[in-house]
Amino acid sequence: MATILTVDDTASMRQMISFTLNSVGHDVIQASDGKEALALLQGKKVDLVIADVNMPNMDGITLVKSLRALADFKFTPILMLTTESQESKRQQGKVAGATGWIVKPFNPEQLLTIVKKVLG
Amino acid sequence: MAIDMRQFHQTFFEESLEALASMETELLHLEKAADDNGHAVLAPDPEILNTIFRAAHSIKGGSSTFGFAEVASFAHVLESRLDALREGRALPNRRVVGLLLLSVDCLRTLIIAARTGKEADANAIDAVRSQLEKLENENTAVAEGTKSPAQNHRPDATHWHIVFKPHSRLFHTGNDPLRIMRELNELGEMKTVVDVSALPHWEGTDPEECYFGWNVELTTRATRETIAEVFCWVADECRLEINSQPMPKLAMTSRGIAEAVASMDSHMDTLRVSVPKVDLLINTVGELVITQTMLSQITNNFSFENLSQLFAGIAQLERNTRELQESVMRIRMLPLSFAFNRLPRLVHDMSQKLEKKVELVIHGEQTEIDKTVIDRLIDPLLHLVRNCLDHGIEPPMERLAAGKPEVGVIHLKAYQKGGNVVIEIRDDGRGLQHDRIFAKAVERGLIASDARLSPEEIAEMIFLPGFSTAKTVSDISGRGVGMDVVRNNIRSLGGGVEIASEKGRGACFTVRLPLTLAILDGLSVQVGDQTYILPLVSIVESVRIRPEQVSRPAGGCELFALRKEYLPLLRLYDLFHIESRSTDLSQGLLVIVEADGKKAGLYVDDLLGQQQVVIKSLATHYRKVEGISAATILGDGSVAMILDVTGLIRLAHSGTSHMPGNGGNASSATTIAPNMN
Repeated sequence: MATILTVDDTASMRQMISFTLNSVGHDVIQASDGKEALALLQGKKVDLVIADVNMPNMDGITLVKSLRALADFKFTPILMLTTESQESKRQQGKVAGATGWIVKPFNPEQLLTIVKKVLG
Repeated sequence: MAIDMRQFHQTFFEESLEALASMETELLHLEKAADDNGHAVLAPDPEILNTIFRAAHSIKGGSSTFGFAEVASFAHVLESRLDALREGRALPNRRVVGLLLLSVDCLRTLIIAARTGKEADANAIDAVRSQLEKLENENTAVAEGTKSPAQNHRPDATHWHIVFKPHSRLFHTGNDPLRIMRELNELGEMKTVVDVSALPHWEGTDPEECYFGWNVELTTRATRETIAEVFCWVADECRLEINSQPMPKLAMTSRGIAEAVASMDSHMDTLRVSVPKVDLLINTVGELVITQTMLSQITNNFSFENLSQLFAGIAQLERNTRELQESVMRIRMLPLSFAFNRLPRLVHDMSQKLEKKVELVIHGEQTEIDKTVIDRLIDPLLHLVRNCLDHGIEPPMERLAAGKPEVGVIHLKAYQKGGNVVIEIRDDGRGLQHDRIFAKAVERGLIASDARLSPEEIAEMIFLPGFSTAKTVSDISGRGVGMDVVRNNIRSLGGGVEIASEKGRGACFTVRLPLTLAILDGLSVQVGDQTYILPLVSIVESVRIRPEQVSRPAGGCELFALRKEYLPLLRLYDLFHIESRSTDLSQGLLVIVEADGKKAGLYVDDLLGQQQVVIKSLATHYRKVEGISAATILGDGSVAMILDVTGLIRLAHSGTSHMPGNGGNASSATTIAPNMN
C-alpha cells in the first residue's frame, strides 16, 4: 500500500487520519507542522501528503510551495485540509501547487474515498 | 476524401443475411418456449430477446448508413416492436412470433432486392408492415397499464458530452487526468477520444507538460453536479464543458445498445477466419523456414555421408508443404451450420402446413466444408429435408396407428470421413414405398411392367429425371424439381447421394461431398503431345473400339455402339485442333464419360494415370473457353487443361463435333493448347 504523510498541529486530527489510513493498510508518517514535515521528508519519498493550512512555524501553503520546489515532490499529490469558509485559502493553495482539498469536517469514509480517488 | 460506400455493400449484405438467420433461429427458440408454456412466454430469456434485437438494430444501422432506405424503414418498425418485447412492454405469443418470422422474410426479400437491384413485392411487405404497426399500437395501450413502478422513479440515463482540456501545467499540482477518467468511468458507460492536436513534435515535447485533451461520451444516471465534482480540484486548471444530449430512445438500456454497437463494428470485415486457423498457418510456415534452414545447411557443405540427412530433410519439406496446403485450405472452410441454420425454419413452416408434427435434430453442424460447396449445397439440402417431411413422415394419426410416437423426427448429421464430408438426412417415417415407385416408373415408361428389380434398383429410380411420386403437385415438393436435380447438383460438386430405406422405419439419404473444390481427383489423358485432365467422378469406363462400331448419320456427329446403346463420339484432337498421334480409332482409347444422365465417348491417345490436381481458374488467367472448365499445373511445370465434361457432352448431343461459334476458323480454338504460357 501507499506511504502517506499527514501534517497537522492538532494531534487528534493526526491520529484520526493516521488510524483511518492504517486501517486500510497504508503507512502513515506524522508531522506537527510544515517545518517538521520538510525535515522528515529529506531523502524520503511518499505517495501522498495531506496537510492542514493553518499551522505554526510553517503553514500549509508554504509547505506546498517548498515541496513543489523539490524534484522528488514535483508531481506528488498534495491535499489540503480546509473548511467551508476558506475559499480564498483553497485558491492560494492551488496557486502554490496543491492537488486538491478535503473540506472539514469529514468522516473516515469520506477521507478514504478521497484518498482512493487520488491513489487509484 | 470521398469514400466510396459501395465497397462495404457486399459485407453489409452478408452480415445482414447472417443476422437474419440468427434472428430466425432465436425466434424459433422463442416459439418453442411459448409452446412449452402454453402459448405465451411469461418470462422470455432476455439473452434471446437481446440477440434478436441486436440483429434488427444492426441491420437498421447498416442499411441507413449505406442508403438502403426501404430496408432501414422496415427494420425500424421491426426494431421498435422488438424493443417493446425486450423491455417487457409486450409478451411474445405465437401470433407475435409468427409475425416476426414473416418480418424476417420481408427484410430478407428487401435485402436481396437491394443486392440484385430488383424491386421487391411492395404489397406483401406493406401488409406485414401494417400488421407490425398495428401490434405496435396495441402495445402502447398495454404499456400504460403495466409499466413497472421501479422504472418510474429511477432517473433516466442521460448522455453527456464532456470536453476536458487541462492546462499544460496540470501535472505540477500533482493532478493526473487518468485519475479523473477512472472516476468518470465509475459513473456509467464511457467512451473517450483523446485529442492530441496540441502535441508538439517530439523534440519540442516537455514530459512535464500536459498536451492532451479528452472528449468523453458518458451515459449515466448521475446528475451534472456529480460529474462536475469529479473535476472540482482542476476546475480552474482546465477548459471544461459538460453538455447533456437527449438520448436516442433506443439507448435507454445502455448495455444492450453498447453491445449492439460493438457487434456492428466487429462485423465490418469480410474475411472471417478464426484466430486458431491463422495461428496454425503461422506455425506451419515457421516449421517450413526451419526445414529450409536445415536443408541449406546440409547442402552448404555437402558430402555423401549426410545424404540420408538430405533425404530426411526433403521428407520433412514434403510434410511441411502438405500441412501448409491443408491449413491454407482450411481458411476457406466454413462450418456447415451456415447451410443447416435454414432448415429449422423450413421444418417449422412445412410441418404446420402439412399438419404433421416433426422435430429436427441436428448433429455435427460444426463440421467444416469449403465455402463454395456450402453455397451450392443449400438448395439440394432443402429439397432432401422437404422430401422427408412430405413423403417420409406420416400424419400424426397414421403414426399413432402404426405404434410410433406422434412426433416424427428428422435427424441431420454431418461428419468428416477421409477427404469427404458426409451428411445424413434420416427420418423415422414410412420409408420408401417400393411398390408405388415401381408402379410410377412403369407408368412413366421408365421400365417395363415385367422388369425384375432389386429393392436397391427400385430406390434408385427416384433419381431418374422426371420422376415424382407426389399424388398431387403441392408447393412443397414435386414442383418439377426432382431428385434428379438434387443428385446432379451434388454431383456437380464432385459428390454423390445415396438412399437407404427400411419399410415402416424410415429412410436415410447420405450425401457425400469433397472437402474442397480447389483440388480435384482426375485422370490424365494424352492427346497428341498435350495432357488433359478428366474429373474422375464423371468417368464411367474406358474401352477400345473397332472402327466398324462407329457410324455417322448424315449431318450429325459420329456415333458408336456400346452394348446396344448409341453414344456420340468426340475426337478431342479434332475438337481442340491439335496434332494427334493416331486418328485411327482402333489405336487409341475411348473414355466414356457421363454428366446430367447423358453419356458420350471421348477419343484419346492414351490414359496416363490418376492424380490429384490443384484447380486454377482459366477465366481469371485467360478467358472462359468452351469445353474447358479450368487448368492445372503438372508436376513437371507444364499446364494441363481440365475438361468440362458437362459442356462436352452438351456439345456432343447438340450434334456437332465443332466448337460453337468456331465455324471454319480454327484459330481461336488452337489457343486452348496449353503451350500458351
